[in-house]
Amino acid sequence: MTAVSARIHVPATARRGEIIEISTLVRHPMETGFRRTQLGERIERNIITLFVCTYNGEEILRADYHPATAANPLLTFTTVAADSGTLEFRWTGDNGFSVTERTKIVVV
Amino acid sequence: MKPRRREFLVAAGCLAGGIGLATVAGRAHANPAALGTALQKVTGGASIRSGKVKLDIPPLVENGNSVGLSVSVESPMTAADHVKAIHVLAEKNPLPNVISIYLGPRSGRARITTRVRLADSQQVMAVAELSDGSFWSDTRDVVVTLAACTESVI
Repeated sequence: MTAVSARIHVPATARRGEIIEISTLVRHPMETGFRRTQLGERIERNIITLFVCTYNGEEILRADYHPATAANPLLTFTTVAADSGTLEFRWTGDNGFSVTERTKIVVV
Repeated sequence: MKPRRREFLVAAGCLAGGIGLATVAGRAHANPAALGTALQKVTGGASIRSGKVKLDIPPLVENGNSVGLSVSVESPMTAADHVKAIHVLAEKNPLPNVISIYLGPRSGRARITTRVRLADSQQVMAVAELSDGSFWSDTRDVVVTLAACTESVI
């Protein structure tokens, strides 16, 4: 399936030094590993374990997700608009899950 | 007629007992003792004071599968004085850790919003680690009508 797997909201432009809000949403079932099928078999855990956001290569935020994070993890946070450049968002998890998204920001 | 009435009562009693057992089994999964271990891991044994942190979570939740919450911490977020990490913990979830977020002075403001699962009505705790090594927390009681399906069969 090639549906969009992540949505990012970052303002396209910002003033230097302004605090901007970043919203991230990624498509993922976040299977907890505590549920069972009707036959009593445990459904294997399948979650995103790590989210990292970098701004022009420098890490600005890192988050550890656990089974208690709801399906399709949403995270909203802030950063200081320092320079024009690229924001990179990377989610990694169980079963080799990896999604990377990039957005550009213009700082005036 | 009498035996029928008796049969009905016995059946009703069994049903009620069954429900009671199911509830007990559900609760048995919760592990408040694990909260202490999780807190110890987060703080490394340092004491936690209440204040500075504000946990925003609805007091009554209909569906524990997706509960919106936000955590904000009073901090100037400078290189000398900033929030290093925010941890959210839930005492009655099968695993008390909910989410851990690592910030820095480049965050500008210590405020995050996310969505979590809650397995039961319980206390939810947000702990913030500051750059000076101190820990601050806020705790809220949440009533959950429909628990996150940690036990359910699909």
